[in-house]
Amino acid sequence: MTAVLQLLVVVLTAPLLLGVITRTKSLVAGRSGPPLLQAYYDLGKLLRKDSVLSSTTTWVFLAGPAVAVVAPLLASLLLPLAGPRAPLAFTGDLILFVYLFALSRFFTTAAALDTGSAFEGMGVARELTFAALAEPALFFGLLALARISGSLSLSSLLTVDGASWHRASAALVLIIASWFIVLLAENSRVPFDDPNTHLELTMIHEVMVLDHSGPAFGLILYGSALKLFVFSALIADVVLPRTGISLADAAATLGAVLVIGVVVGLVESSMARLRLVRVPQLLIAASLVAGFAVVLVLR
Amino acid sequence: MSALLVLAGVALCMASGLPSLATRRASAATTVIIVAGGLTGLIGAVLGLTGGPTELSLPWHIPGGAVAIRIDALSAFFAAPVFLLAAAGGLYADRYWPAARTRAGYVRAFFGIMTGALALLMCAANTILFLAAWEIVAVSSFFLIATEHEQAVSRSAAWIYVAASHVATLALFAIVALLHAVTHNWAFVPLPHGTGALPIGHALLGLAFVAFGIKAGLMPFHIWLPGAHAAAPSHVSAVMSGVAIKMGVYGLVRVLSLFDAVPSAFGTTLLLAGIASSILGVAFALAQHDLKRLLAYHSIENIGIIVTGLGIGVLAQAHGQPFLALLGYAGALLHVWNHGLFKALLFLSAGAAIHGAHTREIDRMGGLARRMPWTAAAFLIGAVAITGLPPLNGFVSEWLLYVAGFTSITRTPHGGPVLLLVLVVPALALTGALALACFVKAFGAVFLGTPRSAAAADAHEVPFAMRVAMVPLILGCAAIGLVPALFAPLLSSAVHAAAPRLMTTVTLTALLQPIQMPALIVMAAGIAAVLILLAATRRAAPALTWDCGYAAPTARMQYTASSAARGLVGFFAWAMPPVIHAPQPFPLFPSAAAFESHVPDTVLDRVLLPVLRRARWVLSFARYFQHGRMQIYLVYLGVTLVVLLAWSAQ
Repeated sequence: MTAVLQLLVVVLTAPLLLGVITRTKSLVAGRSGPPLLQAYYDLGKLLRKDSVLSSTTTWVFLAGPAVAVVAPLLASLLLPLAGPRAPLAFTGDLILFVYLFALSRFFTTAAALDTGSAFEGMGVARELTFAALAEPALFFGLLALARISGSLSLSSLLTVDGASWHRASAALVLIIASWFIVLLAENSRVPFDDPNTHLELTMIHEVMVLDHSGPAFGLILYGSALKLFVFSALIADVVLPRTGISLADAAATLGAVLVIGVVVGLVESSMARLRLVRVPQLLIAASLVAGFAVVLVLR
Repeated sequence: MSALLVLAGVALCMASGLPSLATRRASAATTVIIVAGGLTGLIGAVLGLTGGPTELSLPWHIPGGAVAIRIDALSAFFAAPVFLLAAAGGLYADRYWPAARTRAGYVRAFFGIMTGALALLMCAANTILFLAAWEIVAVSSFFLIATEHEQAVSRSAAWIYVAASHVATLALFAIVALLHAVTHNWAFVPLPHGTGALPIGHALLGLAFVAFGIKAGLMPFHIWLPGAHAAAPSHVSAVMSGVAIKMGVYGLVRVLSLFDAVPSAFGTTLLLAGIASSILGVAFALAQHDLKRLLAYHSIENIGIIVTGLGIGVLAQAHGQPFLALLGYAGALLHVWNHGLFKALLFLSAGAAIHGAHTREIDRMGGLARRMPWTAAAFLIGAVAITGLPPLNGFVSEWLLYVAGFTSITRTPHGGPVLLLVLVVPALALTGALALACFVKAFGAVFLGTPRSAAAADAHEVPFAMRVAMVPLILGCAAIGLVPALFAPLLSSAVHAAAPRLMTTVTLTALLQPIQMPALIVMAAGIAAVLILLAATRRAAPALTWDCGYAAPTARMQYTASSAARGLVGFFAWAMPPVIHAPQPFPLFPSAAAFESHVPDTVLDRVLLPVLRRARWVLSFARYFQHGRMQIYLVYLGVTLVVLLAWSAQ
């Protein structure tokens, strides 16, 4: 039952997060902006459209969007979003969680290379480089949380109780800060990438999907909404207390995720994109911050 | 029964080359014999893994003991992939190196001898037979690396291999002598209680680290590996990389299993050497332009992961953490199988791509997936598996090591040497992310996009037999990834043969069971999603790739593999400084200019060769004593013996 509820929340509300970010940015800029549900309209339109395929591509080109939807969806089933235990929880599921995103990265970057385009290759090089630097940050955070909770399953690792907050508050704050930077980098948000930019030379994620169209592009849009939702839910889980009532927990998760969306919107409104050479430095800083958290809990 | 089957498999493999040597027309017989030998041996090994230990002693005495083989779970576990790869490689070679090609008999004969001797080595019951098999593998590998000996690169790779192999054999002689000195027995028998704490135990472990480290290609002993694996024919590279370097791992595990307690410092050494080898191995791989050298450096990375696992096992056992030790040994041993499967698959499919594009240069290939769809799919499966991604087998063994790292941080009190195991997590994370970058780059540049050379554009799919040879490897990768619990009992018996004193309450089956469901879901959902999308875009309009408005994008505009890896290679410039030949600042009327960059092997090209070149002058004095006249050497021997005799008589 909770599994169905959780899956419904993720599947149905993920695109809303994109709307919240856009609305926040519009309000800060003093515009009214597109409707909150714009991402749903876009998805509906894209799924109904015909597509154009580059004649150099193979089936790998379509495997990218397909895996980009399947992987975050499965990853969401490892998170305890509605109730104390995630639908697919097991000891050691935290490694699977991270590796599902790696699987999605493998296929999205391979799909981009399938076009033989100079620009998409450039995006692939950047994506792979930055992801290699972001991955240790995620793992350092998980290590610190494993130490705090004494567990190897996301279901108990992410439900941080009051005593743990009291005991390891500094480490938890560092983890949240580091993971928020990883969230921005992994989901191609400002200051790492600008989803609104239209200059191929400066883009990372958007430049990899230049050739996708129609339903394939719709899946990419939906996949990135899911990924952003899952990363936000990961951070929300650390912060939120658990009531044990699945409906209340699901509502709280959704609320917290949308708040994170507002924060992302505020970050995007208040700063510009970093120069590409600065990006690795910020990511290494995020790894070091999470590394400090590990040192703190080992003390 | 299992020993008899294994011995029959060894004999068939070793003899398989004879018909081809006799006449070119009999090359099909060679293929049949080696496939039969491989399958016979494989059945024997699997029986040995499920049943108890069996022994077979031939009535043929060599100095020091009978020719005897003993199949326990450890031997069977290491011998099984040898036989599988012998069969797959033999079948592949039938069309990859057809009988009409030069040296077809030579390649077939030495391939059979190498695989047979490898299996014999894994099953040898005494050290003398082990040593003999070890040298047969070394010599036959030398001839296989030197197959194309009219090329200077192949000759130099073969000589470097022989030099490194000699050093390893020297250390192995010392190990065999020391084992006999302690146990007074040429068989592999457990060492007396407490040997690990004695100087002789330390000497044994140190020598084992060098001898088996060289054979396994552990950094910094890896110098022979990239050149050798690149120069050998692809099916030979598959066996060398998939199972031959595992003879080092096998030797190490066998020697460790003889100790009742291995000092924890040795575990620390293995752990740190494994971590260094895995990270630097993949960093070097990223910088390669030659597809086979790239795969060879990935072998160094994967040996690093295996040795890291052994380090976890030794360290945790020394500190009374049986659960962590189980995870470490199980991860290491399962990775031995996994690496054998996916690395062989990658070398066989890379060989097919090289066969099609007539080059090993990654940046001269491209677009092969449209021309060789089966080969491309095989390489893609191998790439996903080696990167350690779910739902294939690489994920399972790396998962076990990750769980060891995470468990160590939840269990240990403040400080303590077991905390060193925490290092495994960030090290594996970095290695995994870099391996992903490397294989996306390699797969993308070789198989995707548009062809970068005329030969690549004219490539065609390889013959049926070569593709069939890859099928069992693909099935193995998928089966271990999707239903790992099925293999847990086999793995468990191998772990307990490797660490006989390990007592655990947790079973590997219970541990691996929960991965299966998510793995099956991701497999099914992924395939379903791709099929739905393929159906939805069936009537898609064909178009040019969008290249920012260029009407006629060419292959030269594509991103190259070297450019894709440039950023990450730059991060490792401290460990592997690149050599760049860039055009000088242009004059007023620039002529044609070329840019070239490559990353030489730091240990071999920047340290060892320069040092040895310097040392040549010093060593030239040794020529006074060494001038190749046999009778003088005999005089040396005689004088030394007399002096030793006089000295011992005092």
